[in-house]
Amino acid sequence: MIIETIIFYLFAVVTVAAGVMVIGSRNPVHSVLFLILAFFNSSGLFVLMGAEFLAMILVIVYVGAVAVLFLFVVMMLNVNSAELRAGFLHYLPIGGIIGIVLMAELILVMATGAADMEMPQMVSAPIPPAHEVTNTEAIGNLLYTRYAYLFQASGFILLIAMVGAIVLTFRRREGVQRQRIVDQVARDPKKAVTLKDITPGEGGSWKSD
Amino acid sequence: MEIGLTHYLTVAAILFTLGVFGIFLNRKNVIIILMAIELMLLAVNINLVAFSTYLGDMVGQIFAMLVLTVAAAEAAIGLAILVVYFRNRGTIAVEDVNVMKG
Repeated sequence: MIIETIIFYLFAVVTVAAGVMVIGSRNPVHSVLFLILAFFNSSGLFVLMGAEFLAMILVIVYVGAVAVLFLFVVMMLNVNSAELRAGFLHYLPIGGIIGIVLMAELILVMATGAADMEMPQMVSAPIPPAHEVTNTEAIGNLLYTRYAYLFQASGFILLIAMVGAIVLTFRRREGVQRQRIVDQVARDPKKAVTLKDITPGEGGSWKSD
Repeated sequence: MEIGLTHYLTVAAILFTLGVFGIFLNRKNVIIILMAIELMLLAVNINLVAFSTYLGDMVGQIFAMLVLTVAAAEAAIGLAILVVYFRNRGTIAVEDVNVMKG
């Protein structure tokens, strides 16, 4: 039990510290790397809570896809980060006040017991015992039956996001020689070759008329 | 000392507040704003999984997965918009995004 406590505090402290560095570091590349650190440590928290499948998905999706996407974009755009940080101290007081108020509200809701957290009678899909059914299997049993429509909807969301991202960033450049298959198929051999009578001694024009 | 629901909720609350704070702090840099949104979504996921474990209810983990999907889609679209904006304007400062308001 003491081991679990130590591990929880390790993961929690590193996650929060990495979160602070994400919003506070000068270089956007460092921000992305700290974001990756935060994701790794929160996936450790997920394992502690017994959601192993989600922890692995977090590492795969967030670290493997989203954070690398961020890294690509940050490195691709030549961003002058000093200029972008000009209003940093200007927004510090108002942001600090709002942050403290929000934090106080969230802590108050939890600490004072304003939210009733004792509601085990409302459980709709009990977690099966871990030695019988693994976490992945339990999620699959629920996701492919009761939440099949939501599963399909999330697939559509991903499809639309993919199409949207491609449409947004696709650019047809001018002056690039590319194969136009329609033009090649529609080419008529009768019009491709023209025969001309040229009177001797005068020469002819190469231009078709 | 037993690690309970409140500990995880506190971590999630701190992360969420950091996300909001980051949006206020980096008003000009869209990339940092997108990362702050990712932090907030992560905090929501921690909340969902913590309650799922506490109540012994599987649905929280399902919803955390759906949140994860939406977060990935949002990041892709946001970064695509960012790339197009940078191509047109040569900067990513969000203050002059209001050119389209007519």
